Amino acid sequence: MGDAFLIDPLEPDAVRAQFPVLAQRIYGAELAYLDNAATTQMAMPVQEAMRAFEQHDRANIHRGVHALSQRATDAFEHARSSLKRFVGAGADHELVFTSGTTDALNMVAHGLSTSGMHPAWLQAGDEIVVSGLEHHANLVPWQQVARRTGAVLRVLQPDAQGRLHAADLRPLLNARTRVLALTACANATGERPPYEDLLQLAADAGALTVLDAAQAMAHAAPALSSLACDFMAFSGHKMYGPMGTGALVGRRVALEGLEPLRYGGDMVAWVSATEASFAELPARLEGGTPNVAGAIGMAAAAGFIDGVGRDRIDAHLNALREHAVAGLAAMPGVTVLSAHSRVSAIVSFVADRVHPHDIGTLLDQRGIAVRTGHHCAQPLLEHLGVGPTTRASFALYNTHAEVERLLAGVAHALKVLQ
Amino acid sequence: MTSETAAELDLYQDVVMDHKRAPRHFGTLAAPTHQARGQNPQCGDDLQVALVVDNGRVSDIRFNGQGCAICIASASMMTEAVLGQEVALAQALQARFRAVLTGQMVSEEAPLGKLVSLAGVRHYPGRIKCALLGWHALMHALAAEAKSDNSALEVTP
Repeated sequence: MGDAFLIDPLEPDAVRAQFPVLAQRIYGAELAYLDNAATTQMAMPVQEAMRAFEQHDRANIHRGVHALSQRATDAFEHARSSLKRFVGAGADHELVFTSGTTDALNMVAHGLSTSGMHPAWLQAGDEIVVSGLEHHANLVPWQQVARRTGAVLRVLQPDAQGRLHAADLRPLLNARTRVLALTACANATGERPPYEDLLQLAADAGALTVLDAAQAMAHAAPALSSLACDFMAFSGHKMYGPMGTGALVGRRVALEGLEPLRYGGDMVAWVSATEASFAELPARLEGGTPNVAGAIGMAAAAGFIDGVGRDRIDAHLNALREHAVAGLAAMPGVTVLSAHSRVSAIVSFVADRVHPHDIGTLLDQRGIAVRTGHHCAQPLLEHLGVGPTTRASFALYNTHAEVERLLAGVAHALKVLQ
Repeated sequence: MTSETAAELDLYQDVVMDHKRAPRHFGTLAAPTHQARGQNPQCGDDLQVALVVDNGRVSDIRFNGQGCAICIASASMMTEAVLGQEVALAQALQARFRAVLTGQMVSEEAPLGKLVSLAGVRHYPGRIKCALLGWHALMHALAAEAKSDNSALEVTP
């Protein structure tokens, strides 16, 4: 599963052959799928790994003595260890399967704010710091937790160009700071914050640190062991894997401190009619039958990425973004957000007197799929004073020819609409 | 790829782009009898519609805010269509327009006047809410008795 595929990202035909969905026409034009920050397409080896499980090994895990159950359990646990290796987890880390990044972040927010065997980590008067770059999934859970616990929510705001600075975080940290929640890449702008330094500062101040790595995992994935990171969340469907899959990976001791969000089968040690005690990690946080095929698919996606080579994917994506930024920035009336960012697969822009929805509809007519709107980051776009944007986001199967089509399509849309 | 796409032919017609570039009755009223605001949080469209109703007729109307071309053009044409008309007529026109966009009526059976230039929106399900936002605010304003009703509403086709 997921060993060397040896695909050269500079050989687009070989790469695209792994993604049959790309070979179609939309309104007569070849599909240029540039909405990868919303979801990437799923690689054939991923689909094959999932199908193989469903056709040969499907059974429930951790509870049967029969052969299929043992095979399913082994496959699930193999997926877990593959993904731990993929993210650079160490011996003191554990990985819990979730339904996605949103689920993982909610598990952390809930787990730190709910008392169980022990008092909750977050108490009234404690402080939570979130960055102003966050997706709503790493903001709204903390807003709700603050409201419920009486903790104070503080926002590390970006500068006018959308950048975060360590110097701005220091004054926000104090003895009551208990959590820093931060993105590894802003989905609305493509900004890549200096998360290594920011996490370290917060950890030094005694806070638990939460990293939303959803937009980074398919290419510029951070090595967990090198980070002052207690919890890292990511999704399978943004890294060529299946939808409805994700993981929460972090320090074992930090994960052990989370009150479970879901009580039920598989996460308990023993149960009487009136009481229960909970299983050890990772089962403790995986109540109910998990998405076993999904976990296997996610691990296969990690293998696919490693087979191509993350550095090569990264270089390819950065080059595509640079190409798009240069072309868009040269158009009159167009402003590219976080144009300075050099390590990103996301390019987001606004145009004078033209609404992103109109651009998006005209691009769609030429087979070019982009995302338009607020990208679940309304406060950030308000802070930057730009409103809704048009966002193109790249994956390893995208080509410079597609970037050229995007640029021509945007130029044409502006001509029609301005 | 230089030929016009279907969207350019049936979505962004000249009359639509004319209303987008120079929206009619764009602004505010000093003393409206009715007003409401419509917002579409997904795309950031945000319109306010204010009107003066006098003896059951729309004697003045303005709208302001921001939105995509479809949203602005639709609201602009709406102000032209309902100005001077009876409230009941404006409500009937809204019902016909909505029925055409949501595929419950065909435009040949539902007289829409100039608004027929927006009938093509029915082929773009993701854009129907754009064309209905101003109308939704208008209906909300007319339904509200107090002129201070400024509560935001979200539009669903």
